Amino acid sequence: MIRPNNLILRTTTSLIAFLLLGFSIYSFFAGHNAPGGGFIGGLMTAGAILLLYMSYGIETVDEMLPINYTTLISSGLAIAVGTGVGSFIFGAPFLSHTFGYFHFPIFGEVELATAMLFDLGVYLTVVGVVMTIILTIANDQE
Amino acid sequence: MIYAVFAPLLFAILVPWISKHKDRIHTGIFVFFIPFIIFLYFIQFVGADFSPIRETYNWVPSLNMNFDFYLDGLSLLFVLLISGIGSLVVLYSVFYLEKSERLGHFYVFLLMFMAAMLGVVLSDNVFVLYAFWELTSISSFLLIGYWNFKERSRYGALKSMLITVFGGLSLLGGFVLLTVITGTTSIQGMIEQVDVILASKYLPLILTFILLGAFTKSAQFPFHIWLPDAMEAPTPVSAYLHSATMVKAGIFLVARFSPIFAGYEGFFISVSLVGIVTLCWGSYMAVRQTDLKGILAFSTISQLGMIMAMLGFGTEAAVFAAVFHILNHATFKGSLFMVAGIIDHETGTRDIRKLGGLITLMPMTATLAVFATFSMAGVPLPFLNGFYSKELFFDATIDLEGAAWLSQAIPYLAVLGSIFTFVYSMYFFFGVFTGPKQLEQLPKKPHEAPFGMLISPIILVLGVILIGIFPEMVNAPFLQHAAESVNKNVEYHKVYFWHGFNTPLMMSLTVVGAGIILFVTRRKWDKVYHVLPGKLSFNRVYNFIVEKMDTYSAAITNTYMTGSLRTYMVLILGATLIVTAGYMFLTDGFTINVGNLAEVTVLEVAVVITIIIGAIATLFMRNNIAAILVTGIVGYGVATLFVIYRAPDIALTQLVVETVSIALFLLCFYHLPNLQKREEAPKTKLTNFFISAGFGLLITLVGISAHSSDWFDSISSYFVENSYKLGGGDNIVNVILVDFRGLDTLFEIAVLGIAALAVVALIKMKKKKGAE
Repeated sequence: MIRPNNLILRTTTSLIAFLLLGFSIYSFFAGHNAPGGGFIGGLMTAGAILLLYMSYGIETVDEMLPINYTTLISSGLAIAVGTGVGSFIFGAPFLSHTFGYFHFPIFGEVELATAMLFDLGVYLTVVGVVMTIILTIANDQE
Repeated sequence: MIYAVFAPLLFAILVPWISKHKDRIHTGIFVFFIPFIIFLYFIQFVGADFSPIRETYNWVPSLNMNFDFYLDGLSLLFVLLISGIGSLVVLYSVFYLEKSERLGHFYVFLLMFMAAMLGVVLSDNVFVLYAFWELTSISSFLLIGYWNFKERSRYGALKSMLITVFGGLSLLGGFVLLTVITGTTSIQGMIEQVDVILASKYLPLILTFILLGAFTKSAQFPFHIWLPDAMEAPTPVSAYLHSATMVKAGIFLVARFSPIFAGYEGFFISVSLVGIVTLCWGSYMAVRQTDLKGILAFSTISQLGMIMAMLGFGTEAAVFAAVFHILNHATFKGSLFMVAGIIDHETGTRDIRKLGGLITLMPMTATLAVFATFSMAGVPLPFLNGFYSKELFFDATIDLEGAAWLSQAIPYLAVLGSIFTFVYSMYFFFGVFTGPKQLEQLPKKPHEAPFGMLISPIILVLGVILIGIFPEMVNAPFLQHAAESVNKNVEYHKVYFWHGFNTPLMMSLTVVGAGIILFVTRRKWDKVYHVLPGKLSFNRVYNFIVEKMDTYSAAITNTYMTGSLRTYMVLILGATLIVTAGYMFLTDGFTINVGNLAEVTVLEVAVVITIIIGAIATLFMRNNIAAILVTGIVGYGVATLFVIYRAPDIALTQLVVETVSIALFLLCFYHLPNLQKREEAPKTKLTNFFISAGFGLLITLVGISAHSSDWFDSISSYFVENSYKLGGGDNIVNVILVDFRGLDTLFEIAVLGIAALAVVALIKMKKKKGAE
């Protein structure tokens, strides 16, 4: 089998993957007030990782990002459920959210919402699901 | 009284423990005391000044289903028969059944049956009666199939089950109708509302339902076919269930409900006609049998037909005769079955062609048989009770009112049936006990039965003789009350042996004369059975129905359960299409309203046309990769539409999901073979086309109609107003997803997680399998 020279692909990938990652993280955080959110952010992150896999091959990326994606799914679900259950502590119904404005030294006034935690659960689950499915099928040597 | 009904069931729980010690002492000896105590308990009610007793125990009061026991003359007669003959049968079975048999099973079933039968005759509540009724069917099924290693036993048990349960269910239908009409579940309460029932337009239906139940249970024509096959049961069971008790449950039911229906002519016609036909057919067929129990089975059918006919007449004389005959039949038929069992037990066969000349070898049995068969035949002797009730029967047939054609024919049919009754009774007795001995044909060397086995038939035959000599003994304290509860106008009858030269006596003498002639010349005319029934038999009908139900239901299932997913899709979509479209058209559901439509822009039209082209193109792609890419056009086109309609979140999601799923498809289809051009018949293609086109059209129309009918205001304004105030975010979609409707999202990501794990499981499992 001829090994093609992927120099251009790999070089652009290292740039684009980080742009993609950055954008996905931005859209995750922006989700509450602008288009975006956990679902889109998660999908985009997965897309960035996929791009890495495609250009560098499975072995290299597995070494680079030693993440167990199935664990990611369960931790994402646990966070989502945890935010829901957390509202019981304050005597509120399941999945009640609240928010507040806080002052931080560098960022200035920032809005923090518990819904963001829930969205984090969504984000992690989506990344885990997409990566698990695609890697499992791709690794299937038959 | 409730203890009396449930005592057999309670004791049945103990039987398995007792039967563990069957090697030392026969289980039946313990069981014997149960019916005997019940008998002693109920005998105290017998007396001239008896009046009905009622006892109620709550069961399901909210549905008016209570154990409502009502003891009147009729129930008392049956209760005494059940417990009395029950004790005798248990005693007989102690000597009949070997200790090697599964005695525990036998006595549990028998006690279940006894309790069920007591419940049937004592219940005043129709639903409780029905419950006990079905319990008799079930326990009878178990008893007939007692020797379940025999194929004939299983066949007979199944047949009796199917027929009696069919009748039982129709009985339930009749009871429900009666309850709805009268508003009460009590039979006595229904009798008080006779006018309401007789005026109801459902009367013919109710009567049909109840009579179906009674006729199937009592083996009336044409449902009699299960009874001869039930003879595969052990003989004590045949003696108890299929002569004295269960088959009389139908008789009891008709008697119990006759105060309600007696005023209706359909009752007279149907019950009398079926009864008299059963009488003739049963006695005619009995002469043909070669098996002793076969003769007795058809004889039972015919005698039950006679009782049924008398209940159908409904006149005072007939009702009294019917009640009298119930008692008489139980005595002589019970003893005859026991005699047949003794002969079977001591000679090893029941085939009458192999038997003969046993009178010198088994004198006791022969003596018992002579009394019982002559009583059954109605031979005019002053010590045979069968004669009295037969004479009363003839008396009752003479002056009937109602449907002229039937009333005129009944006396002749009654004589005809009785002639054959006489013939088979003689055939039974002389065939077994006289003629040449054929000892070499018998499996065992015949000898007289042990005394214990003879006790029960002796007691029953003593009953035959005592009732024959002193008919007044049972009449005033006992039968009179029973007859009164069937028809309260019955006046006190005195039963005489000799009541002058009148029509009934002439009929009896005709029966005896013609019977003797027919019996002697039997060989000459028995070819008549090749003509009638010849090949006509209801067994064939039954077998045909059972067999065809099997094959046809299998055939029907096979036509639509083909295993082809395409067929199932056609069925599901086709049915949805027809039902939904039909319903929408019928109710004028399709509406088109163009008033609330928005402007259409050129951009939208262009995108939609691209999508349509892409969608149609996928149908004609022969290459996997091409098909996937063309499908992508549709996906990206939809994403563009979302952009146009200002849904940025959804557009983003759609774009990324489309990309990821195309990547996934490419990954999967890399391993799959290329799409094949399937060669399908033009007809199949046409069906596919019509179903898919029709379904698409339907969904379009439903969508348009849904859009056109604007019934409620949208709730979206709430989200617009409160998204920032309550959710703290400007992105309404996201706030709805994570805050207002967060639960949906929670479960959606759960669905995603499950899907991922399922993929892992599928692929990992496959690998493991390959390794093995």
